[in-house]
Amino acid sequence: MTTSLRIAFLPLTDAAVLVAARERGFAEAEGIALDLVRTTSWATLRDRLVYGQVQAAHMLAPLAVAVTLGLSQQPAALAAPYKLNVNGNMLVMTCDFAAALEPDVAARLADPLGTAHDFAAAIGLWRRKPVIGVVHRFSSHAIMLRYWLASAGVDPDRDVVLRVLPPSLTVEAMQAGEIDGFIAGEPWGSAAVEAGLAEAVAIGERIWRRGVEKVLAFREAWAEENPDTVDRLLRALVRAAAWCDDTANHADLAGLLAAPAYVDQPADLIARALSGQIVARAGEAPIASPDFMLFAREATPFPWRSQALWIYSQLVRWGMVDHDPATVTKAAAVFRPDIFRRALADSDVPMPGASMKLEGAVGMPLAVGSRRGELTLGPDRFFDGRVFDPERIDEFLASFAPPR
Amino acid sequence: MRIVIIDDSGLRATVLEEGLREAGYDDIHIVPPRGAFVARLERMAPDVVLMDLGSPSRDTLEEMLIVSRALAKPIAMFVDQSDDAMIGAAIDAGVSAYVVDGLRKERVKPVLELAVRRFNAFAKMQSELDEARTALSDRKIIDRAKSILMNQRSLSEQDAYALLRSAAMNQGKKIVEVAQALITASELLGGGL
Repeated sequence: MTTSLRIAFLPLTDAAVLVAARERGFAEAEGIALDLVRTTSWATLRDRLVYGQVQAAHMLAPLAVAVTLGLSQQPAALAAPYKLNVNGNMLVMTCDFAAALEPDVAARLADPLGTAHDFAAAIGLWRRKPVIGVVHRFSSHAIMLRYWLASAGVDPDRDVVLRVLPPSLTVEAMQAGEIDGFIAGEPWGSAAVEAGLAEAVAIGERIWRRGVEKVLAFREAWAEENPDTVDRLLRALVRAAAWCDDTANHADLAGLLAAPAYVDQPADLIARALSGQIVARAGEAPIASPDFMLFAREATPFPWRSQALWIYSQLVRWGMVDHDPATVTKAAAVFRPDIFRRALADSDVPMPGASMKLEGAVGMPLAVGSRRGELTLGPDRFFDGRVFDPERIDEFLASFAPPR
Repeated sequence: MRIVIIDDSGLRATVLEEGLREAGYDDIHIVPPRGAFVARLERMAPDVVLMDLGSPSRDTLEEMLIVSRALAKPIAMFVDQSDDAMIGAAIDAGVSAYVVDGLRKERVKPVLELAVRRFNAFAKMQSELDEARTALSDRKIIDRAKSILMNQRSLSEQDAYALLRSAAMNQGKKIVEVAQALITASELLGGGL
């Protein structure tokens, strides 16, 4: 029996696993007919999910937490049992602004702390308060940008202007001079670099080496009522993710994503993020960033509850939600490792033994306790060396000065 | 009640505005979602904002609704969350509605219903127009292919068409696809018209 499933997505490279699941037969093999619904704003993606026009969505992880906490229009309990990728973001700034930063772009990207301080110094020299595009208030991009700027003493709500605009309009807005730079998922940063409008200033992978990015979100009630369909979809996705991670398939995958029905951008731009060959300045040789965007390895799809709580900690930090124990519980419950375990119980996917971990504590690849198979976690450090202990959120919040 | 329509398609916005005016609403403004549109919107202090669900600028609008200090009252999406059928119909039609806090749902519902009807009517009109355009361009392609066959194989118009049709049937394709292939092949062989 074939089950039809509608999943909303935004035209971004990190929709790859869903696209591969549909186009390369992984969904079909699990008896699922996937209908991928292209959407151009996060608001519309959210509405289609919350009001039941689609059964699942390719969602910004912080947005899934925010919708559940009632911070983004109609509150709805969402369940995210699967991470579609980690990493994949890039901050680009107009070439004039970037001229005030380290000129060697490879060195600039390799040293986010130094670049943050250069950036802070460049703000005062710029002709206006720098206007930086972010795709959504509740995006990993916005949260990472805030974290990075604040490390150099920049108050993201006072010293710069964060302007929300959809990824597909970022390049146009650069051209019109409405923004001085932006942070977005690929291929939009690469598109601005290629157009000669901007240079890469920071990449997500260097700010948080394993940064939580998009999740597959369901309405919690729907996921509870349809466990068999959810499980089959997750099994299809882990196979699709392994296929997406395989370098042998990157050219094919970039070609699939380039189609008008998906990202609708040139395949060679899309391939940069997949292969981790990042062109930081137009015309220069690519810089190798092998962890630029991950889909499968190191149990990437596993929804660590500690990562939902890290997101929560940042929402509290920036005054977007009040800190209280009931909200902590609600935020942590958005990520659903229990569903992931159930769905993949009989598969060969290495399964972490725990559902929470310290975030930012792994410096070198580390073999960890796994219920099955070999599981190695990649380095997951934050560039400032902080470690997030999900059991000690209060201390973590207190460590950010000045308190807001 | 001040209603602002944010829409990229001038035609759809006009269709909606006309409907609202006929229904007796007279404080209606159309704002295209470009440049500093949120600043304009803020100054207008609308009671209801109607926006195309497909517009990529919805995130920009919602951010303004969160951070604006100029708006006297909060504005949130839809108004009566209990009316699932209405919200479903609005989403199907591609309408999103933001309503100022405190506006009674009896006052908003007719506006939303009207917007849904007009959006649907506009979508139908658009698809009919698209169909008509496609039909016209198909006809032109088939005519060109026919005249190639008529010239090169000395066929009558009727026979040329019959040949195209049987080729299409044999290959399981549309006539227009076969016609296009014939034109392309003819151009490559330098025997075009």
